[in-house]
Amino acid sequence: MDLGIVLLTTHRLIWRDQKNHECCISIPLSQVIFFEEQAAGIGKSAKIVIHLHPNPSNKEPGPYQHSKFSHIKLSFKEHGQIEFYRRLTEEMTQKRWENTPASEPMPTATGSKTGRTRAVGIVGIERKLEEKRKETDKSISEAFEDLSKLMVKAKEMVELSRSIANKIKDKQGDITEDETIRFKSYLLSMGIANPVTRETHGSGTHYHMQLAKQLGDMLQAPLEERGGMMALTEVYCLVNRARGMELLSPEDLVNACKMFESLKLPLRLRVFDSGVMVVQLQSHSEEEMIASALDNVSDKGSLTAEEFAKLLGLSVLLSKERLLLAEKMGHLCRDDSVEGLRFYPNLF
Amino acid sequence: MRRGVGAGAIAKKKLAEAKYKERGTVLAEDQIAQMSKQLETFKTHLEEFASKHKQEIRKSSQFRVQFQEMCATIGVDPLASGKGFWSEMLGVGDFYYELGVQIIEVCLALKHRNGGLITLDELHHRVLKGRGKYAQDVSQDDLVRAIKKLKAMGNGFGMIPVGGSYLVQSVPAELNMDHTVVLQLAEKKGYVTISEIKDSLNWERERASHVVDHLLKEGLAWLDSQAEGEPQYWLPALFSEIASRDVTPEEANQMTP
Repeated sequence: MDLGIVLLTTHRLIWRDQKNHECCISIPLSQVIFFEEQAAGIGKSAKIVIHLHPNPSNKEPGPYQHSKFSHIKLSFKEHGQIEFYRRLTEEMTQKRWENTPASEPMPTATGSKTGRTRAVGIVGIERKLEEKRKETDKSISEAFEDLSKLMVKAKEMVELSRSIANKIKDKQGDITEDETIRFKSYLLSMGIANPVTRETHGSGTHYHMQLAKQLGDMLQAPLEERGGMMALTEVYCLVNRARGMELLSPEDLVNACKMFESLKLPLRLRVFDSGVMVVQLQSHSEEEMIASALDNVSDKGSLTAEEFAKLLGLSVLLSKERLLLAEKMGHLCRDDSVEGLRFYPNLF
Repeated sequence: MRRGVGAGAIAKKKLAEAKYKERGTVLAEDQIAQMSKQLETFKTHLEEFASKHKQEIRKSSQFRVQFQEMCATIGVDPLASGKGFWSEMLGVGDFYYELGVQIIEVCLALKHRNGGLITLDELHHRVLKGRGKYAQDVSQDDLVRAIKKLKAMGNGFGMIPVGGSYLVQSVPAELNMDHTVVLQLAEKKGYVTISEIKDSLNWERERASHVVDHLLKEGLAWLDSQAEGEPQYWLPALFSEIASRDVTPEEANQMTP
């Protein structure tokens, strides 16, 4: 029994052996006459049967020149059949292969193969087709044509910015601070990564500075309510839900938060050992947090992150970080079992 | 760096400029001025494009894929900042950033049940449900791109390839290759046993135990010690929706020994 993955593109049906990735069968959708579902039964999995045209005379050479069967069966051992059937119907209705040229002809094969399949995203294949499509720019829909033209201009901007960045690196010419800031904002507008930056304090653009100040105001109350600390993802949701539109990107938020210190705002961005990023109030000192953790744990004898979270009304994630911090400072010790991670006062 | 002032500095500068011009090299500051102009022009083109095709971006996940791929090819990240042109004029930003919010919220809501691991399918399903009937359609590609952006905020957002699709991780639990491969093994049935791990992967019992213990501790797996034969380690993230029901955190605690 051959196990594999079946992929559907706008032009083809491709089956690839799960074990041997070199083994690949591709069938142009134009060869499909019709297809049908076969319901699952006892001892039988759901299938889709695809009936194909006989070989065209101009068929490219491939592993099989012809087969005695005129159909293939895809057997869906677990699930995915419904979604795949739906997508196949969509592609067969739209017949997009008639409008958009495919890449160079691929060897095709017919044959009957059954295998365990599951519908998978089509992004990888689309990517290859798209690149070829850009080159063979024939009768694409207007939107794509306009998009391509736009991208050509964007690319010029990218190249120009690279040239500038190189010059800055090599210190050719005299760049003022003003010009550097302007350049950074151009990069921001275009979405070009800044190749010159070595900053740990964010992007340094005015936009992010403004943002940092706004956040400083906006987050005071929420932080107080939550014991002085919020996970960055929490902040992201809070801020964007409040904005409704012209939302912040995750990177915008991070870049703004990185500027808290240099702008002397009463907030700090902090990264725990685990990689969790939080915004915390300057006023909530480390010692206070650790002391409070120790108090709570001593009071109850021992605590898990979940119990601590309930006690303080905090998220489990942040409660855990506090307990870990107290442990790191030597005030708590752990008992790590499959029942969970429990913290005790460190009596050593 | 500040431009030098004073007659001597000016003379030096003129000399340097002349040297550059001789060699045909353009000065960086001239290029920055040039970029400023080109940017204005580009902005105009983008506005034109937006006026004709803005709807396309919001309506068609296909178009979004093409758009993203093209941007990636030329070295541009349209989602880097909400202040970017792409975001401001085409509205691509808001689409993905809002999706990011929805993804975070779904993952948070289900964390007590699945420990912070969810299949891309289930995430997709729940996000669509949350968006309501009249919201735009969102594809799995859209989710993947939004998740990639969320990574910038720490907190362990990541994707693990499993069974032809992905598991989306939303907690900072450390999952190395051993854990990942056991997850992939468990994908078929939603659970795995120590024997299966030993047989399929050719591991020692201790290595297999170590991995499942870690998954239990992180809340990603539940132990069914009363299963026939040997104990089974179930992954709630892999339960098909039909076969599962929501449990409260208390129930969840009771299900582990």
